[in-house]
Amino acid sequence: MALPLEFESLTEAISGMGVDENALISTLGKSQKEHRKLFRKASKSFFVEDEERAFEKCHDHFVRHLKLEFSRFNNAVVMWAMHPWERDARLVKKALKKGEEAYNLIVEVSCTRSAEDLLGARKAYHSLFDQSMEEDIASHVHGPHRKLLVGLVSAYRYEGNKVKDDSAKSEAKILAEAVASSGEEVVEKDEVVRILTTRSKLHLQHLYKHFNEIKGSDFLGGVSQSSLLNEALLCLLKPAVYFSKILEASLNKDADKTTKKWLTRVFVTRADHSDEMNEIKEEFNNLYGETLAQRIQEKIKGNYRDFLLTLLSKSD
Amino acid sequence: MASLKVPTNVPRPEDDAEQLHKAFSGWGTNEKLIISILAHRNAAQRSLIRSVYAATYNEDLLKALDKELSSDFERAVMLWTLDPPERDAYLAKESTKMFTKNNWVLVEIACTRPALELIKVKQAYQARYKKSLEEDVAQHTSGDLRKLLLPLVSTFRYEGDDVNTMLARSEAKILHEKVSEKAYSDDDFIRILTTRSKAQLGATLNRYNNEYGNAINKNLKEESDDNDYLKLLRAVITCLTYPEKHFEKVLRLSINKMGTDEWGLTRVVTTRTEVDMERIKEEYQRRNSIPLDRAIAKDTSGDYEDMLVALLGHGDA
Repeated sequence: MALPLEFESLTEAISGMGVDENALISTLGKSQKEHRKLFRKASKSFFVEDEERAFEKCHDHFVRHLKLEFSRFNNAVVMWAMHPWERDARLVKKALKKGEEAYNLIVEVSCTRSAEDLLGARKAYHSLFDQSMEEDIASHVHGPHRKLLVGLVSAYRYEGNKVKDDSAKSEAKILAEAVASSGEEVVEKDEVVRILTTRSKLHLQHLYKHFNEIKGSDFLGGVSQSSLLNEALLCLLKPAVYFSKILEASLNKDADKTTKKWLTRVFVTRADHSDEMNEIKEEFNNLYGETLAQRIQEKIKGNYRDFLLTLLSKSD
Repeated sequence: MASLKVPTNVPRPEDDAEQLHKAFSGWGTNEKLIISILAHRNAAQRSLIRSVYAATYNEDLLKALDKELSSDFERAVMLWTLDPPERDAYLAKESTKMFTKNNWVLVEIACTRPALELIKVKQAYQARYKKSLEEDVAQHTSGDLRKLLLPLVSTFRYEGDDVNTMLARSEAKILHEKVSEKAYSDDDFIRILTTRSKAQLGATLNRYNNEYGNAINKNLKEESDDNDYLKLLRAVITCLTYPEKHFEKVLRLSINKMGTDEWGLTRVVTTRTEVDMERIKEEYQRRNSIPLDRAIAKDTSGDYEDMLVALLGHGDA
């Protein structure tokens, strides 16, 4: 056997996202004890030589990395098998526990799900955690975002096709004034929160159009310092763009541990919604010049990759 | 407990529909017949009668009632005949309109209906008015009233019996602090009232009473500058803990022609007959030393009186 080649393919099989289970079985599985020793000695990034005691031990980060990468497929499957309501309830709970850096998850769940799905998540929350989603969020979130977050998860929006355009127009003016004025942070302004947390998505689309006309610019470029507010707007108005952006971030080479997890979440929570998934695929292609399938193929390996591609193909 | 009396052998909805149709035909209207049927059918039965009537006579029963009846009697029959979620949606819509503005109605709907029932009200509201209840409440209120009413109608309370006694203690403390500071629309104050489960709130308010010597509503009443917001706040607390007390009060004020809630009598009787009217009757008797049906008989007359008294469970089924 040409040993260096084997090392290369073995290293390749456990690097990046996911793990190439088949390659591991055929290389590592078939290997002799001496081959593995040579591999450990050669792989300085995974193992460190303990010369005094004459053995090669794993770097801590190597063990953690393997554990994480092996579990990606596992987590995706468990999440996929769960009822969507339980999935979303657990996501919100986890985000609450994690703290401010994870509140974008709460925005995502509350703004991109249908009214019935969000209500379902709230029901599941009762069942799983013996309290309501809004009481948990209200008592654990302090600071300027509380009103927005509680309002967003409490929403049970009208989803029909009736809309009052003049009402949308006057509310666009209100929003424009709120954004322009100084003083209170935009995200804390009562009128802003009222409009974003009670109006139907259709009404908000009309509002968006009028706002852009007033301001002469696209308000999805960001209306406030609050990234949560900006994210809420994006999720409510252009969820396909939102999801494409976070998918790209998760597949980027600079993605950190947390960001990489977004990949599973988006795929598993959106794969059952074919229309949305197709919009996401199209938007991703528009924004980044390649298809999601291509990017997954390049960057991911093993069962995890195959699972993601299978989920992706459900909407083909 | 409900006060509604339904006959042991309920006629088929086809027969009821036929009788009702007879009650409308010819000269005048046979109100007694209408009362004898509708006031003795539960929600499911009334719903069946409505669909059979529509299928047989090509007209919505409610439209027919609207044509034939008038004033307080009509309102009582119409409200009664509606499905409870539709009824609440109708009452809620009415309460947000300028000339019929009545925030107590919203408080009653948001605080005394079970959580899943409130969702059905919202669905009925959206179906009928093509917008959400929350949108309308938000749009038609402002300031402190909105701060209180919007979360109140938006919440989906946990309905289990679990109580966290440490939490009850800490939140009773918060409530007391806010009341002492006269910060009646403070964020935390409102948060507790509008998100906690009824069981948890009950425990918290008991703790408040035990720890600080007075029920919270008593403290809220001591405010010399008693305004609409405070009155509403007290109503919220009563509705969440002892709804029958709230409904007794609405009935008493309406019967004695005090206050501005003139439709209170009709509303309470039609919305509570199938829920807890027996308890409300007890509370009324306790408080006023006269049975509710006697008070109603003194204050009302004719078909309107007959309808209300029938719903209260008097007369034959």
